[in-house]
Amino acid sequence: MTALLQKTALELADMLAAGELTSVELTRATLDRIERLNPTINAFLHVDAESALETAREVDEKRARGEKVGRLAGIPIAIKDNLVMRGVPTTCGSMMLDGWLPPYDATVVTKVREAGMPIVGKTNMDEFAMGSSTEHSAFGPTRNPWDTERIPGGSGGGSAAAVAAFMVPLALGSDTGGSIRQPGSVTGTVGAKPTYGAVSRYGLIAMASSLDQVGPVARTVADAAALQEVIGGHDPLDSTSLDAPVPAFEDIVRRVGSDLSGLKVGIVEQMSTDGFEPGVRAEFDAAVRRLEEAGAEIVSVSCASFDYALAAYYLIMPAEVSSNMARFDGMRFGLRVEPEDGPLTAERVMAESRGKGFGAEVKRRIILGTHVLSAGHYDAYYASAQKVRTLVQRDLDAAFAKVDVLVTPTSPTTAFKFGEKVGDPMAMYLNDLATIPANLAGIPGISIPCGLSEGLPVGFQVLAPAHRDDLMYEVAAAVEASAGDIPGSCPAKDWKDN
Amino acid sequence: MSSISTDEVARVAALARIALTEEEIERFSHELAVVADAVAAVSEVATPDIPATSHPIPLTNVMREDEVVPCLDPAEFLAQAPASEDGKFLVPQILGEEA
Repeated sequence: MTALLQKTALELADMLAAGELTSVELTRATLDRIERLNPTINAFLHVDAESALETAREVDEKRARGEKVGRLAGIPIAIKDNLVMRGVPTTCGSMMLDGWLPPYDATVVTKVREAGMPIVGKTNMDEFAMGSSTEHSAFGPTRNPWDTERIPGGSGGGSAAAVAAFMVPLALGSDTGGSIRQPGSVTGTVGAKPTYGAVSRYGLIAMASSLDQVGPVARTVADAAALQEVIGGHDPLDSTSLDAPVPAFEDIVRRVGSDLSGLKVGIVEQMSTDGFEPGVRAEFDAAVRRLEEAGAEIVSVSCASFDYALAAYYLIMPAEVSSNMARFDGMRFGLRVEPEDGPLTAERVMAESRGKGFGAEVKRRIILGTHVLSAGHYDAYYASAQKVRTLVQRDLDAAFAKVDVLVTPTSPTTAFKFGEKVGDPMAMYLNDLATIPANLAGIPGISIPCGLSEGLPVGFQVLAPAHRDDLMYEVAAAVEASAGDIPGSCPAKDWKDN
Repeated sequence: MSSISTDEVARVAALARIALTEEEIERFSHELAVVADAVAAVSEVATPDIPATSHPIPLTNVMREDEVVPCLDPAEFLAQAPASEDGKFLVPQILGEEA
């Protein structure tokens, strides 16, 4: 690998701005590495070399003419395959959409294009973003660049692996229960879930609409912050989009110093018990001690509702899934399968298309969701889960009245081996234990690498109050800086070529 | 909800319009029972005095001016349909399915 691809997105942006590098050179290097590594890693479902190079050429020409371009202009980016791009294959990792070409761009795709960032391709994912391991993709699993026998996390395993393997400096993901942060944790990358509504969801193929959030995948906190500046902001096409200006996140991160006195960091009692691997726990505790040494005050806080958050999530999410997946009916787009015998009615064609087009995990969640929403079950399950959501919000409000941010390990384990949990839905669901409360409450959360356990990355999660993405990035940058040269704390420093 | 019977899985699959094989119905019945047991705890803490929250941010109705704007090209849309005819989606028989 060239030293070039080990640089961060902002280092590369500085080189492009200084004329030391062209976007065409950088994009070619990126495409070459993808071509070499993708057969092993399977991070990309579709690579669009021609279009990426064309964008790169346009940006280089603009720069040559002295025109003003954006901060990340010319920096290649990969897009998770549940974000639509006009005329570019978008599958959501499902046979249901194999071969489908969307007729429009997601707002984040439009923003990335307007920023002059060459889009190199679409990344692999668990089918319709349902999973924690990218083993549920209809197009084969993505492999973790740290150990190809292990999962890269999910559902955004493709985006995380692409960034971790230095195929691309930046990527976009989506996070419904942790699908940006958990893959970040197990691949040693930085993944951020912004405040709900801070980034438009228009053109994100919905999984669970009240939980879904698009966000950045990067190798450093500053890179993620810079990318959120590009993709954030109000979008009239998304009725849940927040109408607030985007803070200068990159500047905020840049100002972070080594003195953290005055910062109150909360440790969640409910995330300090069993369920977390000893190696994960040890690296997390060491990172907390480093924050304390830098002057932060560590406070223990209780969020009793967190014990019920996972259960509430596994009622609300499938309920919304069952509703959102109804659009895949074999009538207007996507796969249509006709029954082999009997009458050719709409209902039978629909059932056959969905039976053949969806994989096991999607079917499991639609069935669970339809069950919990059906007559006689609604109040006991769905309505109760919505009440737990209120309790989670109240607990977080009370916690944030005492502390500035909350911290937890991002994922209870490091990357596990393929097949280890695929037949046990509850074991798989437990992976999202620490990430889910943020989605239920709509608050921002980020995962930062904080060390290695038995040679595999461990993630550190920072949660901030809603609308305080600036504070989330600030504290995350401090965690990153305190980790210094600890192996795995910044994979760009430690990566061995392969 | 300590278990989900195969009949219930089959009933729900019919409601959700998903054709499942016997083997899938059997497997989901077991797997969903495990999940259902795990989530049953929520009704214990969800007492009547707690209001339900459906969304992380308060939702308001968003209105826009009623203006004609360019829409997606119907031909481009129909080109992605499983079947189309005369500028319309071509779908299987919907009315008189009993016939």
